[in-house]
Amino acid sequence: MLIFDELMLFALVAGCGLALVAGPLGSFVVWRRMAYFGDTLAHSALLGIALGFLLGIDLNLGILVVCATMAVLLVTLRRRQRLASDTVLGILAHSSLSLGMVAIAFMEGVRVDLMGYLFGDILAVGVSDLYWIYGGGAVVLAVLAAIWRPLLAITLHEELARVEGVRVLPVQLAFMGLMALTIALAMQIVGILLVTSMLIIPAAAARAFAQTPEQMAVIAVLCGWLAVLAGLLASFQWDLPTGPAIVVAATLLFAVVTLLRGPVAGAAVR
Amino acid sequence: MVTAAAALRSEPVLIRATGVGVEYGGRALLNGVDLDVVAGRITTFVGNNGAGKSTLLRLLIGLSEPSAGRIERCVSGGRLRIGYVPQHFAVDTNLPISVRRFIALAGKVRQQWAEAIAATGVESLLSQPLQSLSGGELRRVLLARALLRRPQLLALDEPAAGLDVRSQGALYRLIGELRDRYGCAVVVVSHDLNLVMAASDEVLCLEQGRVACRGAPHSVVEHPEYQKLFGAHLGPETAVFSHAHTDPHTQSSDLEDHKHHKHHEDHEDHEHCERDVDLR
Repeated sequence: MLIFDELMLFALVAGCGLALVAGPLGSFVVWRRMAYFGDTLAHSALLGIALGFLLGIDLNLGILVVCATMAVLLVTLRRRQRLASDTVLGILAHSSLSLGMVAIAFMEGVRVDLMGYLFGDILAVGVSDLYWIYGGGAVVLAVLAAIWRPLLAITLHEELARVEGVRVLPVQLAFMGLMALTIALAMQIVGILLVTSMLIIPAAAARAFAQTPEQMAVIAVLCGWLAVLAGLLASFQWDLPTGPAIVVAATLLFAVVTLLRGPVAGAAVR
Repeated sequence: MVTAAAALRSEPVLIRATGVGVEYGGRALLNGVDLDVVAGRITTFVGNNGAGKSTLLRLLIGLSEPSAGRIERCVSGGRLRIGYVPQHFAVDTNLPISVRRFIALAGKVRQQWAEAIAATGVESLLSQPLQSLSGGELRRVLLARALLRRPQLLALDEPAAGLDVRSQGALYRLIGELRDRYGCAVVVVSHDLNLVMAASDEVLCLEQGRVACRGAPHSVVEHPEYQKLFGAHLGPETAVFSHAHTDPHTQSSDLEDHKHHKHHEDHEDHEHCERDVDLR
């Protein structure tokens, strides 16, 4: 029989907090085809950790600053230069990850649990982390609710939205900011390399059941919760790394849904 | 020769483009174009691919800025309300959304809802997923969304692209009806000559970013530049559908004071348009 001790309870509460934010935000990541963009931001988080160590500031703050800077940089580059997005993203994603690793290696006297940052360490979550996750999460959800309608309009057709009077750039920047904050929140739970999966896999699984954008966001939250619970149980039962176990659980859920309903069952109705 | 030109003169100019040009990567996409967008008038941009039709439309509705010349929006009391039907609209299957919700994204417009839905005949589509629509249905849905804001200007970029001939006829008939009902300006981009020509009040024929010729459809088809571009055989007489080409304004109930009928002969040149509008 499984016994949920305090460690597991904290992990569960933290994971569910993340899934609550990742569902709605991840739906937009899927709709806006920004999975790689999210990945790039997440990779740059390691640079944020290095910055945190270097300046002696809170690591979460370091991550937030670097991710937000990177997000603004990406949006601006894309608007001005019309560069092929995936090329730019590919360059920035891997160079920032490598740069982060190199920077950390240079720091003497700093012992870093690299595996923890790359793949998460949800079992190390403490009370202050919960405050951070739920406080930050509340901010993300509130801002997302405020920009929901214009963001949806931009996602469907940016120019149409602009002609209708939506101020595109502020909304886009706000969305980038939310992604940066969410990545900082998710770091400890699933790690840099798996952050994007928590955004897109539950949302992708939810698509098959949803008839409206809001339904998809809510179902994505439910899928995320299920994945967190299943991943934690599996990790506890078989002594697995928790972050990857959660992601594997989410992927299994997605696979089952896809097999049962088809990848985009809703869209098949004619 | 007072007739329609005089009628048009009394209609407000909504947008005035003066000598506008657009350059991209050293290439002039548009060069020295003058144009007044006038309420109640259907203006069509024709031309071959790359002539600058869409570029001009995008300038007028504020989606891009001219690299030369000026665009003045002449509306008192806030922003010009524009209804836009873009040329391309890719429906993403990842985003589950109904037609009703999609149209409603245009804004707070409860009063206009029933009218926009009825005018475009999309009532039966409202509960369908957006992804399930055919090309023609999607055009009508986009038009409904454009109408929802009670536009002063309706900007349509290739609205008939991909439609069969009958649907094209229906679409242009609808555009004419909407203009009559709302008195809005309509700007249409098309390379679908015979049909569009017949449905317009003014035709602007573009070639390599310049205005090759302009005027009423019947006069434009006689123009040597037009015939050089498109041949002599394409004109309103070959159209599948044609507006009754009286002065469009006389059909509009709220514009009863304009009873003129020689519209085409008379407004060959937009430069006759009124100048003393409220320019901002």
